Amino acid sequence: MKVIVNVSLKEGVLDPEGQAIKSSLNNLGFEHCSDVRTGKQIILNLDQNSETEVLKQAKKMCEELLVNTVIENYEINILKD
Amino acid sequence: MRSGVVIFPGSNCDRDMIVALRKITGKTPIKIWHKEYDIPNLDLIVIPGGFTFGDYLRCGALAARSPVITSIKNHISRGGTVLGVCNGFQILIEAKILPGSLIRNKKLLFTCRETTLQVQSCIENPFLSGLKIGECLKFPVAHNEGNYFAPEDLLKQLKEEGRIALKYIKQKDNEKNYNPNGSTEDIAGILSNNGKVLGMMPHPERAINYLHGGTDGLKFLTNCVEQIIG
Repeated sequence: MKVIVNVSLKEGVLDPEGQAIKSSLNNLGFEHCSDVRTGKQIILNLDQNSETEVLKQAKKMCEELLVNTVIENYEINILKD
Repeated sequence: MRSGVVIFPGSNCDRDMIVALRKITGKTPIKIWHKEYDIPNLDLIVIPGGFTFGDYLRCGALAARSPVITSIKNHISRGGTVLGVCNGFQILIEAKILPGSLIRNKKLLFTCRETTLQVQSCIENPFLSGLKIGECLKFPVAHNEGNYFAPEDLLKQLKEEGRIALKYIKQKDNEKNYNPNGSTEDIAGILSNNGKVLGMMPHPERAINYLHGGTDGLKFLTNCVEQIIG
């Protein structure tokens, strides 16, 4: 089963990369763009059929390695074929 | 004094740290490979700088899940002393040995230059106890993710417990870029709650010879060694 983990910075955590992208977008003429936040996407392939088990495993992976919960939030989605 | 320097794939300040410790103690520190579960009893373990595992995922994240970290945690629970420099600090944070987070430098630039640090009033610890509170030290920094971030409640706790060890400080009133990474309250290094673990972004091992431009690192590390061996 394919799982998509979206990792984003928590509100209030400085995102200098997002700010640099925003300023570049503004310079390109997209002056209505008032904020940009960046994040990352991690795609996992788990050899398991139970959705509950897959979600449980992915959550454990996020807490133990994939996400720094001090500064990041995450969202887990199972990719349906 | 028995010391050890931990080496991961991508560590690159291990040799400099070994040279510095050998110069001070007269003994060569042991090299500890990241796959080792059993390490001998040591007076000091240093996690040096570098780009362990290519800084993949987050700086220090993969190193912090290596077998050697379990041995380091055991060493700490026995009251052992650990110094983490630069990537070593990032690893200590990722291993949850020290709290908070080290995020991208505010200006998005890899910063490599000399900084001035000030010794803060903090809990008893083997790293700064022989130095004066308010004393300034000049060490270089070289990092991209050294911006210390702590949520407000953690910051309050660190202050109350006297765990902020080193801060970047202005040399002149109008100096603007004295803080190389935009860290919260100019924090450069923090201590564990027992004072035996110090994580810091600046590199003392890169300031041990006049040819380096200064010897404050030698002063700092010599003091650590003296405090540890009593």
